[in-house]
Amino acid sequence: MLPELSRDEILRYSRHLLIPEVGLEGQRKLKNSSALIIGTGGLGSPVSLYLAAAGIGRIGLVDYDVVDSSNLQRQVIHGTSTVGKLKVESARAKLLDLNPEIQIDVYNEPYTSENALRIAKDYDIILDGTDNFPTRYLTNDVAVFLGKPNVYASIYRFDGQVSVFYAKEGPCYRCLFPEPPPPGLVPSCAEGGVLGVLPGTIGTLQATEALKVLLGIGEPLIGKLLLYNALDMSFDFVKLKKNPKCRVCGPNADIKELIDYEAFCGVPSHDHEEGSAGESWDITVQELAERVKTNHLKLVDVREPHELEISRLPNATNIPLGQLAARLSELDSAEDMVLFCKSGARSTRALELLTSAGFKKVKNLKGGINAWAREVDTSLPIY
Amino acid sequence: MPVLRIPTPLRAYTNGQSEVNVNGSNISDALTDLTTQYPSLRPHLFNEGGDLRPFVNLFVGENNIKDLQGVDTPIKDGEKIMLIPSIAGGAHVA
Repeated sequence: MLPELSRDEILRYSRHLLIPEVGLEGQRKLKNSSALIIGTGGLGSPVSLYLAAAGIGRIGLVDYDVVDSSNLQRQVIHGTSTVGKLKVESARAKLLDLNPEIQIDVYNEPYTSENALRIAKDYDIILDGTDNFPTRYLTNDVAVFLGKPNVYASIYRFDGQVSVFYAKEGPCYRCLFPEPPPPGLVPSCAEGGVLGVLPGTIGTLQATEALKVLLGIGEPLIGKLLLYNALDMSFDFVKLKKNPKCRVCGPNADIKELIDYEAFCGVPSHDHEEGSAGESWDITVQELAERVKTNHLKLVDVREPHELEISRLPNATNIPLGQLAARLSELDSAEDMVLFCKSGARSTRALELLTSAGFKKVKNLKGGINAWAREVDTSLPIY
Repeated sequence: MPVLRIPTPLRAYTNGQSEVNVNGSNISDALTDLTTQYPSLRPHLFNEGGDLRPFVNLFVGENNIKDLQGVDTPIKDGEKIMLIPSIAGGAHVA
């Protein structure tokens, strides 16, 4: 039995009730349905706003982060007044202001193999709004094991991908991407960033797909992948087939329970802000500030050239991480050297590259130039 | 000539080119030509043994070459080949 709509709800959803494909029955279906949104960031913002506005009866939000002002360029569910607050609480307040008729359940915790099945089991649909490979594979496998549709979206700079992975009716994420790229080959780290409106475009498509699946109307992107590029303003579609060798949804699947996704992907899914190469390879910004007073040190900035316009250290040599392997001859292994980037992840990779090439007198600046800007030279901006 | 669409994450290795004209009558030849034109792209597409990496998806028209004849899939003049990357999403950069 579908729940009835109150007089207030009929007025609130009247523009839906006027569409024959939704109508009163469809709106009651939405009221009776539930959606779990993994991540309350760039994608989670438009997804949760539109699903709440549409009258999904119960929405779950999973996120463990707090709102930072650098989020607000794209995470439009949050605001200046909620900087420093828990993202799930900031989002819940906004969603209940938009639609007090619905229920919002929040999970202020990382989504992990330990809690994911418990959190997801009572929802009708899962929306993947994560920003890292381990949580993406986890989200996929949870959806496969629980037999639920996983509305997938992913973004990078100007590119977006959207699909509905529903193993009961089509392929899953692993059918397309059986394994993640090795960490050293993920270019997003070296050149991240995203046009703020991109998750808006892509997240809105994600919400559209979720509503179609819940209403049972139209043709959801099951077995199809949408590829969007904002610069070209291109929408391309490709066909996806179930992979008979898929390790989670294929006929001979050998992965039957959740695994250690961080180990599988070789990268951490959480607390990945500051890179560290391990204590013996790290130098802190305070130590560096002391060392440069007395010793000669070669500073190597492995960021992209356009980042130097934001902040730079005097006398640093810029060799972007992607070019480092080809430009080793420009460095002298006899010289004491400190590598740095924005917050330490790229310079950690640069350090691995240099040490495997035989460099020994090389250190990684822990926390990167942002730590320097926070603790040593506060006239530099943090980004 | 077939045209290979390069996704944004890999354009750093093609001097920013979004499309590259390639010579070849099948995918294997086209990729050889692509990585000859842009050698730094090679480790992103192939493993040390010279095999296409499992997370690299190539589509001829709407179809994944894995559902066709793999790297032996024939390609015609002017045909569009799409290289689809595995992107984690998000805006994080360290």
